[in-house]
Amino acid sequence: MNPFSYVRPTTEQDALAALAEPGSVALAGGTTLVDLMRLEVMRPGKVVDLNGLPLAKIETGASSIKLGALATNTDVAYHPDVVAKLPALADAIRAGASGQIRNMASVSGNLLQRTRCTYFRDNVSPCNKRAPGTGCAALEGFTRMHAVVGTSRDCIAAHPSDMCVALAALDAIVHLKSRAGERTVKLVEFHTVPDDHPNVESVLQPGELVTAIEVPTTPLAAKSRYVKVRDRASYAFALASAAVALDVQGGSIKDARVALGGVGTKPWREPAVETALVGKPATPETFTAAAQLALAKADPRPDNAFKVELARRVIARTLALVAGGAK
Amino acid sequence: MKSVGTPIDRIDAQKKVTGTATYAADTDVTKVAHAVIVTSAIGKGTIAGIELANARKSPGVLAVLSHLDAPRVFAGKKGGGPGERILQLLQSDVIEYADQPIAVVVADTLERAQHAASSIAVRYATEATVASIEQALGSAFTSKAIVHGESDSNRGNVATGLGAAKFKIEATYTTPNENHNPMEPHATIAVWHGDELTVYDATQGIFGVRNRMAEVFGIPKAKVRVIDQFVGGGFGCKGTPWSHVALAAMAAKVVNRPVKLVVTRPQMFSLVGHRPHTIQNIALGCDAEGKLTAIRHDVINETSRFDEFVEPSALQTRMLYASPNASTSHKVVKIDAPTPTFMRAPGESSGTFAIESAMDELAYAAKIDPLELRMRNYAVTDPQMAKPFSSKSLDKCYRAAADKFGWAKRKPQPRSMRDGHELIGYGMATATYPANQQPASAKATAKPDGTFLIQAGTQDLGTGTYTVMTQLAADALEVPIDKVRFELGDSALPEAPVSGGSMTVGSVGPAVVEACTQLKAKLAATTDRSKDIVAEVKTVLKDRDLYSFHSFGADFVEVRVDEDLGIVRVARVVAAFAAGKILNPKTANSQFVGGIVWGIGMALEEETVRDRRSGRIVTRDLADYHVPVNADIPAIEVIQIPEQDDHVNAIGTKGIGEIGITGVAAAIANAVFHATGKRIRDLPIRLDKLLG
Repeated sequence: MNPFSYVRPTTEQDALAALAEPGSVALAGGTTLVDLMRLEVMRPGKVVDLNGLPLAKIETGASSIKLGALATNTDVAYHPDVVAKLPALADAIRAGASGQIRNMASVSGNLLQRTRCTYFRDNVSPCNKRAPGTGCAALEGFTRMHAVVGTSRDCIAAHPSDMCVALAALDAIVHLKSRAGERTVKLVEFHTVPDDHPNVESVLQPGELVTAIEVPTTPLAAKSRYVKVRDRASYAFALASAAVALDVQGGSIKDARVALGGVGTKPWREPAVETALVGKPATPETFTAAAQLALAKADPRPDNAFKVELARRVIARTLALVAGGAK
Repeated sequence: MKSVGTPIDRIDAQKKVTGTATYAADTDVTKVAHAVIVTSAIGKGTIAGIELANARKSPGVLAVLSHLDAPRVFAGKKGGGPGERILQLLQSDVIEYADQPIAVVVADTLERAQHAASSIAVRYATEATVASIEQALGSAFTSKAIVHGESDSNRGNVATGLGAAKFKIEATYTTPNENHNPMEPHATIAVWHGDELTVYDATQGIFGVRNRMAEVFGIPKAKVRVIDQFVGGGFGCKGTPWSHVALAAMAAKVVNRPVKLVVTRPQMFSLVGHRPHTIQNIALGCDAEGKLTAIRHDVINETSRFDEFVEPSALQTRMLYASPNASTSHKVVKIDAPTPTFMRAPGESSGTFAIESAMDELAYAAKIDPLELRMRNYAVTDPQMAKPFSSKSLDKCYRAAADKFGWAKRKPQPRSMRDGHELIGYGMATATYPANQQPASAKATAKPDGTFLIQAGTQDLGTGTYTVMTQLAADALEVPIDKVRFELGDSALPEAPVSGGSMTVGSVGPAVVEACTQLKAKLAATTDRSKDIVAEVKTVLKDRDLYSFHSFGADFVEVRVDEDLGIVRVARVVAAFAAGKILNPKTANSQFVGGIVWGIGMALEEETVRDRRSGRIVTRDLADYHVPVNADIPAIEVIQIPEQDDHVNAIGTKGIGEIGITGVAAAIANAVFHATGKRIRDLPIRLDKLLG
């Protein structure tokens, strides 16, 4: 770990001022940042500890639940309103990391967590995300855990979050604040694909602070689930996962949301699958046929080609789970 | 009352759960400095330049060592045994594997040492790296480095036997590189007093470390003392000393104060050995009744450029079944990788995956129940050595485990059992491991206060050595266990062998019992208890040529396979083992169950992956290198089959640390075939191999 300075502001104003300084990074739960600092993948000059700010509230409104940026993953996943109104979100958070990590990790940290690409995390490998312009060691390397969509010639790193997949399906909104003011961004537009700038991972601007994530509590969201497939039963990143929300009336699908994890360079929404579901009977045949439309633009590597078919099957499984109402 | 055979709690349990057990790196040493190892980014080449000035100027730094100025020491010679393997001690600019030590930084704190190390810049002259044996199979050769027996064996005529067979199978099975990853990383604290060296080291063999350090630094063995009172798991990677031990001692000498060096988790994948990738080709033939007419088992494994290690995967095949014709061979391929080493049941774990999968394939070819096929080929005597087994209760293991499991209810055809979207499969395999032992010494002292101190320079890897030795001593002395204190883990104590090959109890136990028996005789001859009364013994091995010494067991496994998603879940395991006398059924159960958990990891999860270009390990931490989590492990039921063995040693034990892992991967692969109809011959069995 390299030497750095540390501040712990207690007002948003002080926090925004500190974050506006070049070389500063925000510290929330520390489960990504401290790990990457120990690996010397991240070498911030200044760590701005946000834990003095009052941003940990979970507020249930008339039509949405607002998750404070510093609410822990555990607090969100077990909050009674989240469990009742946003089951896919509760499922997704519980499917991630371990109990100990979820107790530390925050909502905003989960939103901004860095990829688990082994070459990104290994300081001596070329990596355009860690060291722009050095190349991508993953392209011709070991790619079992890498993305198959949203990739570029410069980066194929997968987005690691489970939570964000559920948030993408549930039309979540990210609340941001900077010294210039406040704004909101749709979660599906918050993360960016790598293109030729893999070091940029979101629309978050330098000096900008995530203050909350707001999730609409629609009837659709109340009928949502998250299914994650991985290489062991717990404490593993997704090979493929799906967050699905369905509104089925009289056996017919009125509305649908489908997002994928483990396969994209960002949480991956699948509008083509959603469109194909709407108006159709809620049957296994419909689910399988619609799932086939997922990942149409996939560009897999030899080690992760299986993810395309796997993801389609996970979508079909999750759709059946939601439609069947099974626990 | 006898203590041996009763399930008493571990003697050291309270120390462990309260955090007061002192592991090597926990030792409180005054003025200790901290060392970190810098490793190579490339897999093959030379160091063209190394910039150390910034590190030397960094705050708190006491020394920076590289090949340019490290003290010259003896790093080992080519062709040595596992205890003499060549170490990488900054003696040259040559890089022979990725993450090879190239510098050591010593500072007053760990953080300052790490920070300084990060400022070292290295230029390499990189050469093409051969990172897997598939790239160099043509260079396979027979190595003399195999530890037990000869590399090849032959009885009868395999070609004739295969020609005469009614049913035949031939298949290639592969196992990946794996790393041991004990919870406690390797760690060394080195302290020099003049030319005398004390080493607190996380090791399975304190005398091996003592001998090696004496050799490296050219000092008499008597001037080296090695201490290790608790080991947080070894599994083979702590069996022989690696480079970091000597580097810590070298650094301590240079800075003239004690030095602590803890190997990092990523370094655990390259600095301390691994189970080598194997390619195993097997041919089996049997007659119409299922009697084996031929067995052929040929093994190739990777080794490093500078040392040879043979994974002896075909050894058990020589004695497992009563075929008149059988041949085995072992070859190695040199690649740009670190030297492999022993890993829990080296040979038998990878080898039983192959031979016991092949037996299942033959059972299907001959349409005979897999358990029945094994019984029809039951080896009553060792068919290779033509000697009786000292004891063998495998038939009882098969029967007990099969009954408890409900094997008779199995429908033989694949894909014949299902529960919702899960296919159900039953599989079984044979487990086996040799009953190894070596001479050992022990000392028993009667104290004036009526207590007894028993000492031997052995190790407790977490297996229960403290506990069972205390039980053996108490019974031999005919006193309660609370009158007995057992000490180990110090090379100043009477010499005992490395704790490897499941031989600690069988080697040290007889020495402890003999020392206590002699002490009891001395006590009977005197009434003066005012001073210590001592008996010290060294055992010799007897009659090792008359019998074949092996433990056996049977694993029965139920798997559930998600038909759409390919996810394999082990639903239950029933296993039975016969391993001679069981000294403590509770600690024994932990060994068996722990071995089975390892087997599940081997079957479904574990793989050390190297980048095919650089040779760097890409699964460098416990998030990327998967071992089972609790949620992966089902109910595991272990049946301990009573077995009396009057030949193996004076206490009748055969060793239990390793047999638990053997057979498990095959039983799971066989169950996966039964569930799905898909035969997976390449470990680990991950879901992508079952999709489609």
